[in-house]
Amino acid sequence: MLTTESKEQYLAAFNQSRSTRRASPSWLNELREAGIASFEKLGFPSTKNEAWKYTSVEPIWSQSFVQANGEPRSLDAKEILSRSFVDADSYRLVFINGVYTPQFSQTNNLPAGVRVQSLAETLRRNEGFLSTRLGHYARHGHEAFAALNTAFVQDGAVIVVPERCHLTEPIYLVFVSAAGDSRVISHPRILILLGAGSEAKIVESYVGVNSGPYFCNAVTELIGGADTLIEHYRLQQESDAGLHVGTLEAELERGCQLTAHAVTLSGLLVRNNVRVVLNGEGAACMLNGLYLGDKRQHIDNYTEIEHAKPRASSLELYKGILAGSSHGVFNGKIVVHKDAQKSNARQTNKNLLLSENAAVNTKPQLEIYADDVKCSHGSTIGQLDPDALFYLRSRGLGLDEARSLLSFAFASDVVGRIKIGSLRQRLDEYLVARFRRN
Amino acid sequence: MLDIKDLHASVGNQEILRGIDLHVGAGEVHAIMGPNGSGKSTLAHVLAGRENYQVTRGTVIYQGKDLLTMSPEARARDGIFLAFQYPVEIPGVSTTYFLKAALNAVRKHRGLEELDAMEFLALIKERTKLVEMDQALLNRPLNEGFSGGEKKRNEILQMAVLDPTLALLDETDSGLDIDALRIVARGVSDLRSKDRAMIVITHYQRLLNYIVPDFVHVLYNGRVEKSGGKELALELESKGYDWVKSEAAAAH
Repeated sequence: MLTTESKEQYLAAFNQSRSTRRASPSWLNELREAGIASFEKLGFPSTKNEAWKYTSVEPIWSQSFVQANGEPRSLDAKEILSRSFVDADSYRLVFINGVYTPQFSQTNNLPAGVRVQSLAETLRRNEGFLSTRLGHYARHGHEAFAALNTAFVQDGAVIVVPERCHLTEPIYLVFVSAAGDSRVISHPRILILLGAGSEAKIVESYVGVNSGPYFCNAVTELIGGADTLIEHYRLQQESDAGLHVGTLEAELERGCQLTAHAVTLSGLLVRNNVRVVLNGEGAACMLNGLYLGDKRQHIDNYTEIEHAKPRASSLELYKGILAGSSHGVFNGKIVVHKDAQKSNARQTNKNLLLSENAAVNTKPQLEIYADDVKCSHGSTIGQLDPDALFYLRSRGLGLDEARSLLSFAFASDVVGRIKIGSLRQRLDEYLVARFRRN
Repeated sequence: MLDIKDLHASVGNQEILRGIDLHVGAGEVHAIMGPNGSGKSTLAHVLAGRENYQVTRGTVIYQGKDLLTMSPEARARDGIFLAFQYPVEIPGVSTTYFLKAALNAVRKHRGLEELDAMEFLALIKERTKLVEMDQALLNRPLNEGFSGGEKKRNEILQMAVLDPTLALLDETDSGLDIDALRIVARGVSDLRSKDRAMIVITHYQRLLNYIVPDFVHVLYNGRVEKSGGKELALELESKGYDWVKSEAAAAH
């Protein structure tokens, strides 16, 4: 299949499904039409596109996918939650092949005013706030996958935290891709609205449960009101044939502090787009990333931070550990607008290559239009330190154990920034087992 | 316990050890002295199994085994311990976790039960006293941000925990002030026993005031040029190494 043929398929699928959208409110159908028009114009990105220089999306356009009808397969709730690193008694929405699955979800006893509900349900009720928020942050005109998601938007999650509400328990959004006889595609859409002075922790956990190919194309729009405190986690455990493009578009108002984690543990092709607009004085974001490659996996983290207002700060730390013939990509773009004086930005990307066939491309990109700013970036690519290996072995630790301990240690500062204790512990356990295997 | 015969070792094309002969018996303490670049540290690292040195000739028999064919971890499990001159900083690995993993690897090999967390902590508590080490250090990442003295105490603590049969101390006195030197040296001294041999590498005689050696060897140009009792160290302290060098020049 050619990329143009593949594009036509998506356009045809959009036209064929027109009748199913008849019941939708007109603003939503206009948004979908705008999405498909953008996609038609943009097409799938090629490696000539600077933002996709090191990542070929051929595995995505060279296969035909179908949207699942949402019938949950015989999945075990307990197993799904455990695989997704989700506590059994947590607040959660679970989606299977992109469709909300109430029997696996739990939203009882949320604090007053907090809303955690499926997007499909919210759309059915056509609640007023949606039309002024949904699609206003993710730039479908710039990014083909955001455009596709917008065109096919159907289900996902809506989280609203009212002003000054401090939600201490995390909210989990679990997206299970269960490929069956057909190659399924899902376009989860998540909208997170946090009122001024509120606090929330939100975990998006993506897992693949079967071995067949599938494509999960998720878009999250997050709006942090003034002086909010937000932790956002994206945890990916897609299957060996799973393809994933995940987009986070966050806009932060004055004094808002966002910590966003992107943890990629598996998947054949994973691309994370993170874009944060520091759109208020003193807004701050901390971006943490950990990506673990093995076999023939390809993991691309594309981050973009816009300092749009003065005195905002961004701190970014991404670390990759690449084994087998895996390929890692990090692209960190920082844009400081002309009026964003006293901006403070620091970006670090470190990579550990565990095999000779593993590779990584790392690229910082700074565009600074203000003159009174502090910006720094640094990146490293290296192997396990032979001095450290010898030191551990000289104390009786075997070569494999020493290697796994040093790999674990390499990831530890990123993992240490995960503030949800149970999540950090599960990830720690996963990493110990994984590095023993590598 | 240890028999080194005609040991030659190189890094790249550079030959550093040029025929070392040394015999160390159980319970003995041997001091190895010598000018910079004479091969002292290389000898210690070759014995511990550092892979970037190539042994080009000679044999090393340790407790009846051919040491040179063994991996570094196999040597450690069989009782060889190298106290590093420059202990490596390993961020992200807590000192306690590391010590427990090392001790249990060694115990397992020796056919002993692995220690559980409680037993391990009790052992550590007792052994930290030996080197007057602040226990809070143990919760920090291994050697990260430790002062020179703290790193060396940590090395001796590891030695006390792992209970080696042959301890190699590579310039354990370097970078220590007088107080730290006294504490570390006393710690080492307390670990002397009839079953444990030690090879103490040092530039200075002052360490040997605390750890009194049975034998002193002078290494120069990759060979043992002179051997004697503890009084040889005093002689070197007052006369320097030049006379050894000229004797060596005359002999080769």
